[in-house]
Amino acid sequence: MNASESILAQAADWRAEGRDVALATVVKTWGSSPRPVGSQLVVDRDGRMMGSVSGGCIEGAVIQEALVVMETGAPKLLDFGVSNEQAWDVGLACGGNVQVFVEKVE
Amino acid sequence: MKRATLQALLQAQADKRPAVLVTDLASGDETLIVDGQAADAALQAEIDAAVRADRSRTVDHQGRRLFINVFNPPLRLIVVGAVHIAQALVPMASIAGYDVTVVDPRRAFASDERFPDVRVSRDWPDEALEALAPDARTAIVTLTHDPKLDDPALDVALKSPAFYIASLGSKKTHAGRLDRLATLGHDQTTLARIHGPAGLPLGAVSPAEIAVAVVAEMTRALRQDPAA
Repeated sequence: MNASESILAQAADWRAEGRDVALATVVKTWGSSPRPVGSQLVVDRDGRMMGSVSGGCIEGAVIQEALVVMETGAPKLLDFGVSNEQAWDVGLACGGNVQVFVEKVE
Repeated sequence: MKRATLQALLQAQADKRPAVLVTDLASGDETLIVDGQAADAALQAEIDAAVRADRSRTVDHQGRRLFINVFNPPLRLIVVGAVHIAQALVPMASIAGYDVTVVDPRRAFASDERFPDVRVSRDWPDEALEALAPDARTAIVTLTHDPKLDDPALDVALKSPAFYIASLGSKKTHAGRLDRLATLGHDQTTLARIHGPAGLPLGAVSPAEIAVAVVAEMTRALRQDPAA
């Protein structure tokens, strides 16, 4: 089973348990970004998560937005510029820009 | 994403069928395409390019921003010869994301003790390869040094679109191998698809080092140079 399979399977399992679930996907990157396009993160209402959309820089913000998306049901397209300082703080060698699409799993 | 879409996508992955999920980044509307049948021609060209490159991407299409998410079936590696090098090559290739099958009709070699947790075929190599139907995401490596086993495997491999075909053996062994395969009707261009001796020239000595060289060359063939 590859990485995307297990994350999507987790999304399906959590949904089947009746939890609210949102899926975040890296849809575009500029410069050096820690995770490639297609990388995914699944989040539930309690903040449980699996996968990643960065090396840890933006996961906190993505989870906050994911909770909103679970509430409203409307998808969001998020832009992040990861500064070199921020990147350094979370242990990444360099920054970059990423665009992340967050949607509710209905 | 709709639950039905998610389930259909997971099913396609379980069935090892290629799938593409196209999502409108403004509305969230989505279309799941399994096995390639698709939308309008312009979008289809974008989808084909993404699938071929095995890279998901965002495109602007008729005023909409669409995310083409590619879910290709796993890479496959077929190893002919359940020999010592295979014992190193199989786990390395698995870690690199390959679904590995070992082919060897010799029971003493292809034992479950030597190859736990990997699919082993004890059919004759040409029959085994025909059954496995190598596609453009399949690599084939022969390791037996025995023409009786390697040649039939290579004969089938050369008739397939496999992205990497390699055969272990010295330059001299390889020259003899090419002569024999030529008599089976393979022309020079076709025969040039075989990487022989197998692996990047790293000066590898041990079985594990040779496996590293093979995985490295396989990766280059996949990612960097389709003509290589």
